[in-house]
Amino acid sequence: MEFFVINVLNGLSFGLLLFMLSAGLTLIFSMMGVLNFAHASFYMLGAYFGYVVNHVLGFWLALLLAPLLCGLLGALFERWSLRRVYAGGHVPELLLTFGLSYLVLEGVQIVWGRSVVAFTLPESLKGPVVTLVSEPNHHLSVFGRWQDPALWQALCDSSRQSAEALSQCSPFPMNRLFIMLCALMMMALLWGVLNFTRLGLIIKAALTQPQMVEALGHDVPSVFMLVFGLGTALAGLAGVIGGSTFITEPAMAASVGSVTFVVVVVGGMGSLVGAFLASILIGMIQTFAVAIDTTLVKILLQLHIQLGDSWLHNPVLNLTLTQIAPILPYLLLVLVLIFKPNGLLGKKP
Amino acid sequence: MSALSRSRVWNAGGVWIVFAAVLLVMPQLFSSNFGLTILCQIGIVIVSCVSFHLLLGEGGMLSFGHAVYTGMGGYFAIHALNAWGKGEHYIPVSLLPLVGGLGSLCLAFFLGFVSTRQSGTTFAMITLGTSELIASMALMFSDFFGGEAGLTANRVTGHAVLGITFGPQIEVYYLIAVYCFVCVLLMYLFTKTPLGIMLNAVRDNPMRVGFIGYNTLRIRWFAFMISGFFAGVAGGLAALNFELVNSEVVGPVRSGAYILFTFLGGIKAFFGPIIGAVLLVLTNNVFSSLTKAWLLYLGLIFYISVMYLPGGLASVVVRHLEAVKTMARLQGIGGGAGGAAQTAFGKIVKSYLLLLLTLLPLMAGVSLIIEMLYQLQLGDSISSDFYFAGDAVDPQNPWVWILGLIFSGLCTLLFNRARLYTQQAWSDFDEIVKSHQSALEVLQEAWDGVQHKAEDEFVPEFVHESADKSTHQPTHQPTINGGQS
Repeated sequence: MEFFVINVLNGLSFGLLLFMLSAGLTLIFSMMGVLNFAHASFYMLGAYFGYVVNHVLGFWLALLLAPLLCGLLGALFERWSLRRVYAGGHVPELLLTFGLSYLVLEGVQIVWGRSVVAFTLPESLKGPVVTLVSEPNHHLSVFGRWQDPALWQALCDSSRQSAEALSQCSPFPMNRLFIMLCALMMMALLWGVLNFTRLGLIIKAALTQPQMVEALGHDVPSVFMLVFGLGTALAGLAGVIGGSTFITEPAMAASVGSVTFVVVVVGGMGSLVGAFLASILIGMIQTFAVAIDTTLVKILLQLHIQLGDSWLHNPVLNLTLTQIAPILPYLLLVLVLIFKPNGLLGKKP
Repeated sequence: MSALSRSRVWNAGGVWIVFAAVLLVMPQLFSSNFGLTILCQIGIVIVSCVSFHLLLGEGGMLSFGHAVYTGMGGYFAIHALNAWGKGEHYIPVSLLPLVGGLGSLCLAFFLGFVSTRQSGTTFAMITLGTSELIASMALMFSDFFGGEAGLTANRVTGHAVLGITFGPQIEVYYLIAVYCFVCVLLMYLFTKTPLGIMLNAVRDNPMRVGFIGYNTLRIRWFAFMISGFFAGVAGGLAALNFELVNSEVVGPVRSGAYILFTFLGGIKAFFGPIIGAVLLVLTNNVFSSLTKAWLLYLGLIFYISVMYLPGGLASVVVRHLEAVKTMARLQGIGGGAGGAAQTAFGKIVKSYLLLLLTLLPLMAGVSLIIEMLYQLQLGDSISSDFYFAGDAVDPQNPWVWILGLIFSGLCTLLFNRARLYTQQAWSDFDEIVKSHQSALEVLQEAWDGVQHKAEDEFVPEFVHESADKSTHQPTHQPTINGGQS
């Protein structure tokens, strides 16, 4: 039980982090039709900027300043580079952002080196926020951060008890809760800005009727620049959080990049709600695949299916779920595309 | 076949004879071991890049996973080679690349079905996903992919046909050359088939193609499979050449290289990818050993050329060839047109000299700064002495930085002047051509009149119409006031 709850929570928090990343990407795509291949590079930049600001001004200012810097860089990129290639269609846009991802990667390596930098969360965000304790008599109790740690530490201390009487303790870390809160706040803010402000109105109008909006006196190119900056700022925010929670290194862009694109395609290109669903789905799948350590052979044996020797030792069937976890998002992508070519919530082009 | 298409094929034939001759003569010019290695790789990569061009250039489909098809072709070929080595099957070694091709064709049949149901950006993302899928699987299933070490084979197996054992590298080179020539020729001919032309139409205006009753998905799918087949042939050749295939060949880095260099070579002309392929091999083998920062330079060059040279190097060649042709025609018109055009062209050549004179010091200045940055960051791992252009430079010395920055800044200013001057020279030339447009058109019509009589009419009318303007612009093009300002 506590295994399930903790993994759902972990899956949710990973999914929400993915959503923070894909929200910026989807925002830019749905507004401008540009798919920013360098989105994960801005995520990485956010982490490195956060690392620098964290050193000088502390974590909370890093959480504010690093996304702003990323947004600024994104807006400058849109203004001075991307705007030149709009006329050529979508392929040059994609190629330009692809080139940018090369440059950012090399630039980061020049400035911060090729190894991991020490960017960690502040003390207040470390440690478990709640600990689920499942006692041997199947009694489940929850201990919060605010309670005296001695209470559950006594229960979980393995040296005191015999193996049969040991309680199962699953801590849920504070940083995961922080990720979830940030993502939910960002979601609410984004939804509010797009639906209830004048700016959101102009952005949405500029999407469908750029000439008309321009004729009404709004500066449409600047609106696009703003949208691009906003999208990259969201990537930067995810970068500060992801970089401090997990690891800040030059390979971080490549490791989340392709998963983010999978999320966007599975959810349906340009659909924020779709991106949300797909993020949670992939977050859950990944978390559970890593947590459940089993193989197809074990499952089949548990179902009392007789297997021949060649089947029992088949290397493919003996792969653990943990081992195949990295390809699951891509398998999901292929499956979804076979049955729903436009993604879960995508509109027909 | 009509008289005219015969003459056109004859004209094109000249180019192909030159291509074949170059392939034949090259090993005589570069007969060293290193030269031959490079030539073999170039031959292989030409096939890969041209097959990628079928997707990107002809079909407008940007694939982020082309290495899947070249790499898997390599795996299929090396498995076949090993099976033959064990005496299980009989396939002549020279036909092995076809095994790779057919394997990749099958793969492209399935993955292409998934990918080509979408076009444009979504297509690109799907190919990225499928490429990651295969690349992750390559590390997972070590039985087929050989794990980290990869698979090795011995290409000298079985009976030697006509005494060719493929032991010496030169024999492999000629096999590669034959495959390269035949594949490129076949791909070129494919672009002239009805399917190839419909593929261009699908790239330019899928909606119209759909309206007149073609199935755009199927056209893209077929093109994807054909591209996959040739990519697989290239992979099979690579497997024969290196006798080694590892998981790197299906990786995203390889796919990225195909994109970078095919684009740099040029995706608007058929010979562009061939230039790109030569550049790819030279960069990977020669340039990368010269400097640690080669990826940064590559990224910069790519970035700048996407912005300023969307047709790649091939478009530069095409533009000059056309200018020379137009000049010759203006000469024919008479009335001083030819002389004026020649003067204008002379100015262009002069502006190129200026460009070169400013570009070289600019490149020197920028690369000095980049090299010093790399030296500072990675200085400990490299030797303590840092040489730039033969001179020892101390990156710790602030004066080197200040001077380098000032120098680069000045060169940028000068280069910009030279660039503007070149632009002016070209617009002067275009002006002259424009002022004689009517006379040129009369000439053209007289020429076309001969041609049109004989032309087969399988090409729908709209294809001509949409070929010269890019119709896939975004509807909400945000360049209304000040895109090119």
